[in-house]
Amino acid sequence: MMHIESPKQLAEYRKKCVAEESKYTRKVLVCCGPGCLANGSQKISDEFKRILSSKKIKGFSIEALRDTGCHGYCEQGPLVIIEPDGTFYTHVKVKDVAEIIDETIAGKKVIERLLYCDPDTAKKIEKYSDIPFYSHQTRIAFRNLGRVSQCDINQYIAIGGYQALAKTLADMTPEQVIKEVSASGLRGRGGAGFHAGKKWATCAGIQEKPHYVICNGDEGDPGAFMDRAIMEGDPHSVIEGMIICSYAVGSNQGYIYVREEYPLAVVNLQKAIEQARELGLLGENILGSDHSFDIHVSRGGGAFVCGESSALMKSVAGEVGEPRAKYIRSVVKGLFDKPTVLNNVESLANIPVIIDKGGEWFSKIGTSTSTGTKAFSLVGKVNNSGLIEVPMGTTLREIVYDIGGGIRDGRPFKAVQTGGPSGGCLPESKLDLQVDFDTLTKAGSMMGSGGMIIMDDRTCMVDVAKYFLSFLVDESCGKCVPCREGLYQLHAMTVAVSEGRATEADIEKMEKLSDMIVIGSLCGLGKSGPNPFLSTVMYFRDEYLEHIRNKRCPAGVCRALIQYTINEKCNGCMACITACAHHAITGKKKEPHFINQELCDKCGACYAVCQHDAITIT
Amino acid sequence: MVELTINGRVVHANEGEMLLAVCRREGFRIPALCHHEAIEPFGACRLCMVEITKKEWKGWSNYVTSCLYPVEKNLIVLTDSTKVIELRKTVLDLQLARCPNSPEIRQLAAEYGVNQTSYEPVVDGDNCILCGICTRICEKMGFSAISTVGRGHDKVVAPPLKEAPPDCVGCLACSLNCPTHVIPYIDNGSTRIIWGRTFELIKCSKCGKPTITRDFAESLSKTKSIPAEYFEVCDECHRREISLTMGSIANWEREAAK
Repeated sequence: MMHIESPKQLAEYRKKCVAEESKYTRKVLVCCGPGCLANGSQKISDEFKRILSSKKIKGFSIEALRDTGCHGYCEQGPLVIIEPDGTFYTHVKVKDVAEIIDETIAGKKVIERLLYCDPDTAKKIEKYSDIPFYSHQTRIAFRNLGRVSQCDINQYIAIGGYQALAKTLADMTPEQVIKEVSASGLRGRGGAGFHAGKKWATCAGIQEKPHYVICNGDEGDPGAFMDRAIMEGDPHSVIEGMIICSYAVGSNQGYIYVREEYPLAVVNLQKAIEQARELGLLGENILGSDHSFDIHVSRGGGAFVCGESSALMKSVAGEVGEPRAKYIRSVVKGLFDKPTVLNNVESLANIPVIIDKGGEWFSKIGTSTSTGTKAFSLVGKVNNSGLIEVPMGTTLREIVYDIGGGIRDGRPFKAVQTGGPSGGCLPESKLDLQVDFDTLTKAGSMMGSGGMIIMDDRTCMVDVAKYFLSFLVDESCGKCVPCREGLYQLHAMTVAVSEGRATEADIEKMEKLSDMIVIGSLCGLGKSGPNPFLSTVMYFRDEYLEHIRNKRCPAGVCRALIQYTINEKCNGCMACITACAHHAITGKKKEPHFINQELCDKCGACYAVCQHDAITIT
Repeated sequence: MVELTINGRVVHANEGEMLLAVCRREGFRIPALCHHEAIEPFGACRLCMVEITKKEWKGWSNYVTSCLYPVEKNLIVLTDSTKVIELRKTVLDLQLARCPNSPEIRQLAAEYGVNQTSYEPVVDGDNCILCGICTRICEKMGFSAISTVGRGHDKVVAPPLKEAPPDCVGCLACSLNCPTHVIPYIDNGSTRIIWGRTFELIKCSKCGKPTITRDFAESLSKTKSIPAEYFEVCDECHRREISLTMGSIANWEREAAK
């Protein structure tokens, strides 16, 4: 690989990359994002390689087979896309590969069976851009995901990568870069929503050196995997964002903090950094300029609290990951007590586009106070789970129904949980809220890093609060008392509600304790810790009272308060008897069965297997 | 100099000073359990929280740990506002649920009118309030023999792998500075047992009383360049020797003056 010494040389190098890419008119893109990999997409890619290495197809070479990052539509995975037509194959299996090669790649025929079927019209849709899941999205941070191989700098350069860096180093002063980022209105995508431009400007204005740039890739919210997808599938856009940031704030050393649970992200980032170093895009005198910058990948042990900036910096420095009070902000006194800019993966992935197209362009997307787009991982009881990116200001209803395709099995919507464990649950009456930083906070939830869990009527809100609180009790660092002891007690009281042991006065006591935890905790984890309780008790108070007054769980979830019985629909199929691990169900074939309540563990196995709706939960 | 108001009284402080130090110097009583003069403020016990505001904040106020908050010009501080007292009560109530048998916590809680915890007592709760003074002071001494292990509610103070700590020298800094006295040690004349390790105690060459551990003396003479012989004599005998020396000097001077 050559060492690029100037922006001009980069332009020449890019020409070569574009020429190389244009050789492949037809491309096969196999999604190797987290969701598809879990469904076996690696085997599908291997099968493609196996067959194509021994088979010659006119106008197609094996180099045009690409293991790409996440396409987002995990629900339909494993996904295979054939470019340039954008033919979108869903639920692909290893045995389908030979057929795809013969029919679509060689024969240019579409295989109907593998196409996406619209559930409303029952029509098959060929191109992915026509599928509602994609057509309602605007992809900026995810712009390259699914378009290029996971870790190939030449492909990244061919589609315009590192152009923003060249522009920055050749034509812009650090002040101009900061001005552009400020003009874009970009706010921190990790959840706090702090203006990136302001943060950069503060850091750049501090005399004390050295300055550090950190990328926060410690995505810890259950069910969230936006940053993972970017780090695995498009690491170069994060690296490019970091180099631009380092130039703006005058830093020579950067760190990417990734959790150890993302092994592929660690490998791909390291590979990408190595590629960038070889080309001279990282290291001394980048593109022949005076600016030098390098990046080190720092692996985290998986503590949720290490996503908090001050705890993260301690962890990077090799200390115990505990937050500190931020009366002096980390941009002034951060890593190794030096001025530090810390941005989230998604924020940094937006930077090259902002430089490329201008801050003003970016600021026109979204709302006036929350500009641009936001990535979400849409999960839970929704038809189309996966990764999405929408302009700020999109309503929850559009996300849940237009993109998400509504609730599974046609059940009623109950709540959407946003903002990760310390976010909140919003009810149906809030579905028309615009999703942006300020609106969600006002409604008692928060943007967070972008986890979005959809719940149906079979979800008990007390149980939801209990689950998230138990997560936070486990993940609290244990440093300050309100968080460590307060959340522990709040969780214990939620358990009491779910078991019918609580009184109405307890609810008040929980609210008071929550208030104290919010005021008294040291870091954001504790301060937002009571949110799962506060938001559910705000919007679903009746459900709490039902548990307390009538010792009943309306959703049929809380084990201590429910009973499984068999109703008259039972036809004696014995499925439940086989499923019951506690031998609590008796009955003969073709005769009604009976559940012995003494032995029943309320695990719900019978309910899950019964095909005849014969199990009642009361 | 910075001028600020604490509980209605105008006071002056040096730039960079922390609120807690200023409040205490001015005679305002603020409780704190994780604060120790020898080590950096930590902000874990949350008892030293105070309410702060400024005229230009237009009625908005904030709650901060005074141990960590640097004084600011025109700051208005309330050390005992209703919310602050409620917060301290809650914190002590929570601590009491964890350490019901600690006399120190019981007494402090009683001062705030909390005689019994209103929460479910923590199963297996001990009297450690996880203030971190022991681990931080151990680090400050240069040993880092113990640290906090685990996180959240299961966090404990322990040596690495919960085995006898190889870096411990038996200096007792952890145990003697523990606000709830939960780090036990045994001195039996010639040996000291702490954290599962047994240390030899040096006997004073003059009076025979035990002084400090051999490991601690060796470490001090190595890192602080103090002659090893210095530790062979106990503090008391050192003082006696100094007074004898000073006495002889005085006698000698008197003689010389004659």
